[in-house]
Amino acid sequence: METKPVHFKNVSREESHGYDRKTLDYIRNAAAHGLYEIRGMGAKRKLPNFDDLVFLGASMSRYPLEGYREKCVTKTLLGTRFAKKPIELDIPITIAGMSFGSLSANVKEALGRAATEMGTSTTTGDGGMTPEERQSSKTLIYQCLPSRYGFNPDDVRRADAIEVVIGQGAKPGGGGMLLGQKVSPRVAKMRTLPEGIDQRSACRHPDWTGPDDLAIKIQELREITDWEKPIYVKVGATRTFHDVKLAVHSGADVIVVDGMQGGTAATQTCFIEHIGIPTLAAVRQAVNALEDLDMIGKVQLVVSGGIRTGADVAKALAMGADAVAIGQGVLVALGCNGETYYQNGALHAAEADYTAIGAAPGFCHHCHTGKCPVGITTQDAILEQRLSPEVGAKHLRNYLKTLNMELTTIARACGKQNVHHLEREDLVALTIEAAAMAGLPLAGTNWIPGQGF
Amino acid sequence: MERLTFDLATTSLRELNTFLHTDAKEGKVEAVTVVNPDGAHNIAVGLDCPISVEVVGHAGYYAGGMNKSATITIDGSAGTGVGENMMSGKVHVKGFASNGAGASAQGGLLVIEGDAGLRCGISLKGGNIVVGGSVGSFSAFMAQAGTMVICGDAGDALGDSLYEAVLYVKGSVKSLGADAQYEPMTDADIATVAGLLDKAGLDHDPKAFKRIASQRSLYHWNADANQEY
Amino acid sequence: MCGIVGLLVKTPALRERLGELMVPMLIGMTERGPDSAGLAVFGQPLPESERKISLYSGLTEDGADFNWLGLSHELKSHLGVSAQVEAKGNHAVLSFGLAPEVVKRWVKEHYPKLHILSTGRSIDLYKDIGTPAEVAARYGFAGLKGSHLVGHTRMATESAVTPDRAHPFTAGEDFCLVHNGSLSNPNGIRRMLEPRGISFETDNDTEAACRFLEWRLREGDDLETALQKGFEELDGFYTFLMGTPDKLALIRDPFACKPAVVAETDDYVAIASEFRSLAHLPGVKHAHVFEPAPEEMYVWNA
Repeated sequence: METKPVHFKNVSREESHGYDRKTLDYIRNAAAHGLYEIRGMGAKRKLPNFDDLVFLGASMSRYPLEGYREKCVTKTLLGTRFAKKPIELDIPITIAGMSFGSLSANVKEALGRAATEMGTSTTTGDGGMTPEERQSSKTLIYQCLPSRYGFNPDDVRRADAIEVVIGQGAKPGGGGMLLGQKVSPRVAKMRTLPEGIDQRSACRHPDWTGPDDLAIKIQELREITDWEKPIYVKVGATRTFHDVKLAVHSGADVIVVDGMQGGTAATQTCFIEHIGIPTLAAVRQAVNALEDLDMIGKVQLVVSGGIRTGADVAKALAMGADAVAIGQGVLVALGCNGETYYQNGALHAAEADYTAIGAAPGFCHHCHTGKCPVGITTQDAILEQRLSPEVGAKHLRNYLKTLNMELTTIARACGKQNVHHLEREDLVALTIEAAAMAGLPLAGTNWIPGQGF
Repeated sequence: MERLTFDLATTSLRELNTFLHTDAKEGKVEAVTVVNPDGAHNIAVGLDCPISVEVVGHAGYYAGGMNKSATITIDGSAGTGVGENMMSGKVHVKGFASNGAGASAQGGLLVIEGDAGLRCGISLKGGNIVVGGSVGSFSAFMAQAGTMVICGDAGDALGDSLYEAVLYVKGSVKSLGADAQYEPMTDADIATVAGLLDKAGLDHDPKAFKRIASQRSLYHWNADANQEY
Repeated sequence: MCGIVGLLVKTPALRERLGELMVPMLIGMTERGPDSAGLAVFGQPLPESERKISLYSGLTEDGADFNWLGLSHELKSHLGVSAQVEAKGNHAVLSFGLAPEVVKRWVKEHYPKLHILSTGRSIDLYKDIGTPAEVAARYGFAGLKGSHLVGHTRMATESAVTPDRAHPFTAGEDFCLVHNGSLSNPNGIRRMLEPRGISFETDNDTEAACRFLEWRLREGDDLETALQKGFEELDGFYTFLMGTPDKLALIRDPFACKPAVVAETDDYVAIASEFRSLAHLPGVKHAHVFEPAPEEMYVWNA
């Protein structure tokens, strides 16, 4: 008898790299809506970052300091070039500019309290200064943005420094968005907008274009504040070498360089993922520019965009930053993407609220919806109660303390009595990409890709 | 002391502004005259008292910037960003004004007797601007609140992406920007125009103006897609 | 990013004072352009058969001690041409009765580090790094005479601070251009022109605009048509000021983000990025002062 061979249907499971599930989703969404996606947070793609660098701790050739006992200075001065009253910070870790509007008033207050306790600064955002954050922040940096929402001379005079924002790492060249759900009555009033509308922010300042004009704008801000307050200039990282030089020419006291990992409350995904360069590449370009102009120590550099850990801080400082600014990490410390929130003395599950907005803890980038399940990026009267200023401040203080301990312990291990004495020769790179971008030798070699053998 | 004269040919701008922020604020003078401005930038910026400042000649960028309460008159022309972010008071330019006049002004009155350049009243947030001549392209771009009265013509894309600001134009408009539309003049509009012309000291028939305001179709970015972002 | 100045005198008597009137204009633009400065001055043209070239020796080993007379002797012995030399330190104007390409080719071959700044019958060109005041003093700008000039102070954006990257840029003969702003497609323009035999000396965005417009003029466009094509092809932000032997021309892009002010009297037309560079001019208080409109062409005849 003849036996019939069993015939198995062979189903191919080979996923296309070009048309993977993410891309298929993207095309289907585009076809369904005719609009680009807007979301919060920063770039999600894998990028060379500070994890690709390691420190050469002290050993035989250099001598370490004792981890807890021997002093390691973290004091940081910003704005020493022209301002009569430079910013003095106890730690080189600052809070990045995030708006009231994208964040709740409670969160802004929490940031201020924690920063004040830790002797560092916090920063306003697009939409102006709230009395809560001014009151809670010992040192407050006031942003002057293209939209000028809520920008006014009284707050300029109340601020400790002014930060002229030219761009953001998440979206260099683009303006922001604040979707209607977050334009609450209070936000609307501060920004002079109708309630509940989708707010569009400008990409360019209304009264100047280019560094030659910025020089005059900076002079105006100095004249208004009688040359007391430092003027920061913040750029999103792209042509950072040139931009930093031009910011120096324009008269900046402090330059903030925000790499592409930097977060946002609501921006086109195509900007977040496709415009800008990684922080690792930007910090080196910025330092090169300052060295070229002999401005090291005269104009300070603040680096932001994907600074998460004390090791990141230490590496940024070693690369040449005077301080770092943290946004997303701060929000995570407050509970962003957590499974629970703490309210009325107890923990509550947030899972259902994540599900309702099509997200899950650990995967949420839905700041733009204003329905933050843990009460951070929201203007909703009920949701915002999920984060009280006290609880938020406690967690943030702990986070900043941890970062600072890690920073100093690394600095001591490298034999430094001052964290600002970390230098780029204390670092080597683990990957060729990181070595090329940061201009550091590949570990165990003296090879810096792109700089000869 | 009633009136004090500052000669910018011999006195620094910093001295002038510091005086206006301190002694003037304490009420030590009622009026200041600035001679030989010669296009200097940032004249009388950040004032915070009801003083009167007269600039005899041409001013550079940001004259009267961020003004509160003061009355600043410029006999000549004004550079970029005159009266930018004004909160209250008055800035009066007798000549022409460059780009971005009255940018982001939240209050007060900006009068430009001559023409204004591009982006006049950009991001306006509540101030009133009266232009005796014409305005350049992209004027009132993203203007959020406040009023502009334009006695001459307007360039391209007038009122692009307007929010709640209202514009009145007497002459021709080269083109309206996205989301701007003509609307009928009501009695209230005519009264508004007449009142502002009167304050500006300009003589025009308020009935001859057209009203332009937002269609509000950009207010909701995705109005017809169930807000699915 | 920069400051621009231009001056055209209508009254012939003022030609003697052209440089003197201009120096404060240039210095007034120092904050807009502290890196480097330069200018092109147009005077009485040489006879039809003669040409002059402006040369810069600052990049050669001898720098300001360059042996200009030696150069003219070599030209005599190699090419048989008698060249008049007017030298001042690292700068010289060589005039001669020969096709300029022959002389320029010889110079490039024998003195590759000698930079040729301009070619023509009317134009003399000076540019160098340093503040406007330093550059003006170095070359005695105050003593320059002529009918009109185009000047510039530079704050470098994307290309380095070097003498050859300072403005004005020239292309062809008796044409120069200065720029305030930043082009967003200079490399595309460059790649379009290179296959047409047009070579570039720097990576500066302004050079792309200059060579594009000169190419159009050489292809037979009149200035107006060439500039119209410029509006279509050159993307980005710009205020351009251009000089030809008998004209001064100004255009601004449609957004006109970069400033420009004009003061005109019966005696002169003066142009600058800001009024502070015009404030010292005689009779400016009674001048017709205005801002040029975007996308309009302003042409003044010498």
